Amino acid sequence: MLSITNLKVNVEGKPILTGIDFEVKPGEVHAIMGPNGSGKSTLAQVLAGREQFEVVDGRVRYFDQDLLALKPEERARRGIFLAFQYPVEIPGVSNIYLLKSALNAARRARGESELDAMDFLAIVKDKMKLMEMPEEFLYRAVNEGFSGGEKKRNEILQLVLLAPRLAILDETDSGLDIDALKVVANGVNSLRSPERSFVLVTHYQRLLDYITPDRVHVLAGGRIVKSGGQELALDLEQRGYGWIENQEGARA
Amino acid sequence: MIPGSDVRLGYQEDFHRLESALPGAGVPWLHERRAEALERFMEQGFPTLKHEDWKYTDVRPIAARRRSPAAGDVRLDARAIVPFAWAGHQLVFVDGRYAPALSRPGGLPRGVRLLSLAAVLAEEPLMLEPWLGREAVPARHGFEALNTAFMRDGAVVWIGRGVALAAPIYLLFLASGAPESAVYWRNLIVAETGSRATVIETYASFDGAAHLTNAITDVSLESGALLEHYRLGREGDTAYHIGGTRARLARDSRYASHAVTLGARLARHELDAVLDAEGAECLLNGFYATHGQQHVDNHTRIEHRAPHGTSREWYKGVLDDRSRAVFSGRIMVHPQAQRTDAEQANHHLLLSREAEADSRPQLEIYANDVKCAHGATAGHIDETALFYLRTRGLDESHARGLLVYAFAADVLARMRVAPLRQAVEQQLAGRLLAGESVKELLK
Repeated sequence: MLSITNLKVNVEGKPILTGIDFEVKPGEVHAIMGPNGSGKSTLAQVLAGREQFEVVDGRVRYFDQDLLALKPEERARRGIFLAFQYPVEIPGVSNIYLLKSALNAARRARGESELDAMDFLAIVKDKMKLMEMPEEFLYRAVNEGFSGGEKKRNEILQLVLLAPRLAILDETDSGLDIDALKVVANGVNSLRSPERSFVLVTHYQRLLDYITPDRVHVLAGGRIVKSGGQELALDLEQRGYGWIENQEGARA
Repeated sequence: MIPGSDVRLGYQEDFHRLESALPGAGVPWLHERRAEALERFMEQGFPTLKHEDWKYTDVRPIAARRRSPAAGDVRLDARAIVPFAWAGHQLVFVDGRYAPALSRPGGLPRGVRLLSLAAVLAEEPLMLEPWLGREAVPARHGFEALNTAFMRDGAVVWIGRGVALAAPIYLLFLASGAPESAVYWRNLIVAETGSRATVIETYASFDGAAHLTNAITDVSLESGALLEHYRLGREGDTAYHIGGTRARLARDSRYASHAVTLGARLARHELDAVLDAEGAECLLNGFYATHGQQHVDNHTRIEHRAPHGTSREWYKGVLDDRSRAVFSGRIMVHPQAQRTDAEQANHHLLLSREAEADSRPQLEIYANDVKCAHGATAGHIDETALFYLRTRGLDESHARGLLVYAFAADVLARMRVAPLRQAVEQQLAGRLLAGESVKELLK
């Protein structure tokens, strides 16, 4: 589904990703872990099409397409979704307007008809129940005045509504209390299927207690320095990131 | 010959030709004021870039030729005003004259008077002497002088003591006459002690002609009065507009001004709020959206003359293409105006590299126990926000439109008259989100 080869990215002229390789197959959940400043968030945003980040080398294939040639909105309509680490507040634009615009954009791209207001409302209300969000959130401005946890829930609400083929979650777990974390994990797990894949960017292991990854990659200094199964996340939890960075230093 | 003096002579000629037919022609004090104003104009002419207050606004396109008062011979169909008609008490004015056939003043409660200036000048001119006579605010520049010399009609709104008028009063001013004509409006709003009302002025033009609208509104709030005053500029992109609002606030009165400019090739609005007595409060809310070659100038002055006054001034502008906006915000706190609480903010969103915004806060504080804050910014669309919306599958143009709309949201939300706010939102959204359905956005 997603195949990344030797991806190198500069941000404001500075190399942030220095050669990333990994592959995500349909149905898989990959966790990208790593210390602050390792490039995790840059990777997530580059996959979603952030234009200010300059790809200097490498290839990203998404199914049979060159992902890097697509605009962010084209990627979205082909089934890529990024849950933001810091969701943006948009005053004056209601949540329901954005949700409906997003869903209809995806439906149009798949050749499906747009949903009318009634059908849309029925679907979105159902998803809100899953996310334990009161209905009033539909009519509030996008993320405006939402708490940190509410913003993250709102991201996952968009995720479950849009049901993408590839979901990238950028530190969705950070700042969440345990109850909110369970709700978020529940939303993600409700979507797991053999056709749908996930890339979870996270600093901590605890999200992986609720969403079991197939592969764990450790990012440091702009590249993947170690990959493994779920047990790698537990190792990191116990030993911190220091030992990997030291190991790397020793090897270099 | 002095440059422009032949144009001035044209105005003088017009004045001598037309004065005897202007309303109130037989009223000696009014004749004096008119003649005096014309004289002032003959001396001063139009303001130029050399005048400090007009440094960024070049009125040469207006001043280059004589603009005679519109003849008032155009008959408008009632259908023409449908886009501007809302439920309430509505007076319509066309090309310098009250248009009774298009107006629907409706039933007014006791104590409220809604009249045409020309009618008052004909029947009871003394009622207007405090505003148009010797005590009148002297003309500060040529446009104000011409307004006094040539004023023909406008609205007189009188809200009697203690009356709370539920429905808004809509005043619609239209320009439809000959190209390069001028239309002069003079309005008066008096809110007596303890009254409350909402008055909405809308200025619009119909054809693509380069009319000049020259409009002045005097506003007087007596003690404890509350007035919501909207001023909406929706003229065509070739029209010119020079307007002034001069509000005087008595003790514990509250004045809210909402000034919106969406049209005109060149529009200037001077807004003066004088907080004359203790405890007065004003909110000056402003919004403008410009494109093409538009030039919008908001020139505001708030004068705190008494203790415990509060002023809030929030202006926002969105500029596209090669358009230009000027904001001047002068706040003056007199020595006796202790415990004044003043806040001013002016923010611009620039959508193109050629657009230009000039923001000039001017704080003059002569009292020592005051709170006074101001801020001004000019920025571009936030790239992260744009990215966020695009990752939701929205086209870049759609996403940009929504973010501009979001920028304006707080200014629009302060406008409490729903049909009016919706009309502004609709016009703005229609421009920003061409091709997208805006119906649901505006719920």
